[in-house]
Amino acid sequence: MASYIPSTRDERLEMLKTVGVESYRDLYRDVPQEMYLDRGLNIPAGLSELEVSRKVSAMAAKNRVFPTVLRGAGAYDHYIPSIVKYIPAKEEFLTAYTPYQAEMSQGILQSIFEYQTCICELTGMDVSNASVYDGATAAAEAAAMCRDRKRRVTLISGAAHPDTVNTVRTYCYGTGDELRIIPVKDGRTDLDALKEMLKPDVASVILQQPNFYGQFEEADAIGALAHGNGSLYIMSCNPMALAIMKTPRACGADIAVGEGQPLGMPLSYGGPYLGFMAATEKLMRKLPGRIVGETVDSRGERAYVLSLQAREQHIRREKASSNICSNQALCALTAGLYMAAMGPGGMAQAASQSMSKAHYLATELCKLPGVSLKYTGAYFHEFVTVLPKAEEVLSALEAQGILGGLPVGDGILWCATEKVSREELDRAVAIVKEVLGA
Amino acid sequence: MKLIFEKSVPGRGMDYLPQCDVEAVALPAGLVRDVAPRLPELSETDISRHYTELNKNVHGVNCGFYPLGSCTMKYNPRIDEEMAALPGFTGVHPLAPAHTTAGCREVLDTARTLLCEITGMDDMTFQPAAGAHGEFTGVLLIKQYHEARGDSKRNKIIVPDSAHGTNPATAAMCGYTIVNIPSAPNGCVDLEALKKVLGEDTAGLMLTNPNTVGIFDENILEITRLVHEAGGLCYYDGANLNAVMGVVRPGDMGFDCIHLNLHKTFATPHGGGGPGSGAVGCKARLAAYLPGSAMMDGAGHIQVRSFAGNFLVVVKAMTYILSLGREGIPEAAQNAVLNANYLQAKIKGTFEPAFDRICMHEFVLDLSRFKKETGVSALDVAKTLIDYGMHPPTMYFPLIVHEALMLEPTETESRDTLDWAAEVFRKLYDLAHEDPAYMHDSPHNAQIGRPDEVRAARNPVLRWKG
Repeated sequence: MASYIPSTRDERLEMLKTVGVESYRDLYRDVPQEMYLDRGLNIPAGLSELEVSRKVSAMAAKNRVFPTVLRGAGAYDHYIPSIVKYIPAKEEFLTAYTPYQAEMSQGILQSIFEYQTCICELTGMDVSNASVYDGATAAAEAAAMCRDRKRRVTLISGAAHPDTVNTVRTYCYGTGDELRIIPVKDGRTDLDALKEMLKPDVASVILQQPNFYGQFEEADAIGALAHGNGSLYIMSCNPMALAIMKTPRACGADIAVGEGQPLGMPLSYGGPYLGFMAATEKLMRKLPGRIVGETVDSRGERAYVLSLQAREQHIRREKASSNICSNQALCALTAGLYMAAMGPGGMAQAASQSMSKAHYLATELCKLPGVSLKYTGAYFHEFVTVLPKAEEVLSALEAQGILGGLPVGDGILWCATEKVSREELDRAVAIVKEVLGA
Repeated sequence: MKLIFEKSVPGRGMDYLPQCDVEAVALPAGLVRDVAPRLPELSETDISRHYTELNKNVHGVNCGFYPLGSCTMKYNPRIDEEMAALPGFTGVHPLAPAHTTAGCREVLDTARTLLCEITGMDDMTFQPAAGAHGEFTGVLLIKQYHEARGDSKRNKIIVPDSAHGTNPATAAMCGYTIVNIPSAPNGCVDLEALKKVLGEDTAGLMLTNPNTVGIFDENILEITRLVHEAGGLCYYDGANLNAVMGVVRPGDMGFDCIHLNLHKTFATPHGGGGPGSGAVGCKARLAAYLPGSAMMDGAGHIQVRSFAGNFLVVVKAMTYILSLGREGIPEAAQNAVLNANYLQAKIKGTFEPAFDRICMHEFVLDLSRFKKETGVSALDVAKTLIDYGMHPPTMYFPLIVHEALMLEPTETESRDTLDWAAEVFRKLYDLAHEDPAYMHDSPHNAQIGRPDEVRAARNPVLRWKG
């Protein structure tokens, strides 16, 4: 059994004596006898490190890791430079708490300040917080920021990620506010429907760019409609696309959010990931979560602190707009590190190659009989095909070590990143071709 | 030190990717960004040194004593990290076919079974990413439960005034009116005050036990009975579970749901503020209301995050529990309590405990008299500790104790470390009487002097502008 308690048996007895009690049971004298767990826990006996390593490794071995991933849908298999894996494992970064004590946390504070700057650069926004739990909660928190006494309704595109929609719905349910879904037409947000839905009680409109189906939305036009109604405009963007794509700020967004996982975080069955969140200066004091600011110390030297804390729950308690009091600091550090390692050129390469490979895959698949694109609009690195024998196709790919696209309704949602080579794509297409008997 | 942007040189950088081997496709004209983001351009040497320099300016649990009350800064075992970094976990897509992810589900099932037994709950979700996120989820279980029964008049959540700020903030996020009740002089729930506010509008009570001053509320069964009798449910804030795991179970205290901070009690690292995991457990009657993922579990559930939560954090916590096992879990709790009491006993005679009695895993010092005598505040003491390489305790919390310093040594500190810490506290006590000015100006040998927080808030500089 592993134990991380340093004190020896003798030391413990002496310590009990110092405290003035006879036994551990005496330390729990306030615990009523009837609930004291005399029977002990009904869990297995402890394991040595070697045993636990064997046991947990055996669990990992029951998973199938696909060498080729053509599935995205909110979790993207990008290449992660080696250094991006090593640095966040440094024990100080790993084991520190939230940087409450600035005098011994400058390293974490500065890494967050640098992350905030990168997010502002990527999104074009003025201010970023230190990150939130993930892309879905970032959207939900953004919607909460926009609601006021008169405007309580949130509109979200039906082409946003279903987990995002459902999370925003849950946050709205909490405060008793309404979420309305903007219908989707041809794989994109239906502008005519949106026009009808923009009523005086609409606080914000949430759009995902590119959307769940990989399609580019008419982001400028939707922003103009939202603003024309006096509503705020929230854009949820893929950060990889932002390396080359028009920024949310340029599209008129008041708040930019998104899932930061593509910025150096492995797939990891869904987490830890990272939600980024940035806004215009006007909304700065409404941003939830931790924010790091620059200041000077008592010697006049540049220093960093957790700032604007008057917004937060430990000051405002039930009047705070959010209860969040942590960020995904190590993921933010990872994202900042990833962006620094890739640089603007490398990020643009990864984005552009992802897009190019997705288009190559789509073109090659659509050469096969019965295969066509479900939606005709421009797309980034994901697209939906209509494809016969979908189930057989995916099984055949799986048998060859390829995680194919995700079944979505009557289509398949494919994704390609810079990580897949042309050879892998050709192999995938050949397998599909064989199943289709073409 | 310089910001990474200030080290950037245009044209410098790494090529981590091969040339594109398919025809390049450009974005449609209207969708192209006009200027490239100003991200840093550095060699890998530059990057490695920059982050190494940052890392030197971080105090982790590996650096030294970290008695940050309510945060359970125990040692984070390396084997847990190694297991979570297995490619068999990190390489799994959350939406991969179920038959290819059996190992991930085994992790979640195993962790659920272990933690349900430890907490006395019947079911559990790992979707919430942090403690506050777990609170939100837990209170939404209560909300759904009452609504499903058509019990719509229950619109109040009761929170003791000693509670962490997230409790009232959470209840507000769930649409509830908050009823604050005063604590008894010993920091425990004032039964009379509780009885006064209970009624048919009570949705529930949020409580942590041991409470925020580190005392186990001996009336806990009476408290939960009263709330249930009024038709409300009881929510257990698991922030302080490290004192009692394997010794007594929240489920047996009468609680209906609970959040756990896997990053506190179950030894997963805090990462400088996250990622954590705020697992939420509940009794069977609330299980139907647990969250799910629209993508993974279909419609019909509430949802607080995408997919299944911070999965790798669950791998670490599970590894920890399997390592400690049946005997190790209560042993950790007992020694956390022993270490806290030992340190309290050693400090006594200088700084005064706010409650002079056996504590649980943490205790609060009340420096109000000391401040009157010396002019040295809890903040001054905290800042001076930094010069000794000790992370300060939690300051000015809970709010019911003035000039509070809250210490939680955890079970993974040796007696030697506790003796040293007590000695440092004694030194500072004397120093405050001899040279208070020195302490007002502390720290003297830290990474920075005291930062000007007012300036940071009044004139916010939240990014590098170049």
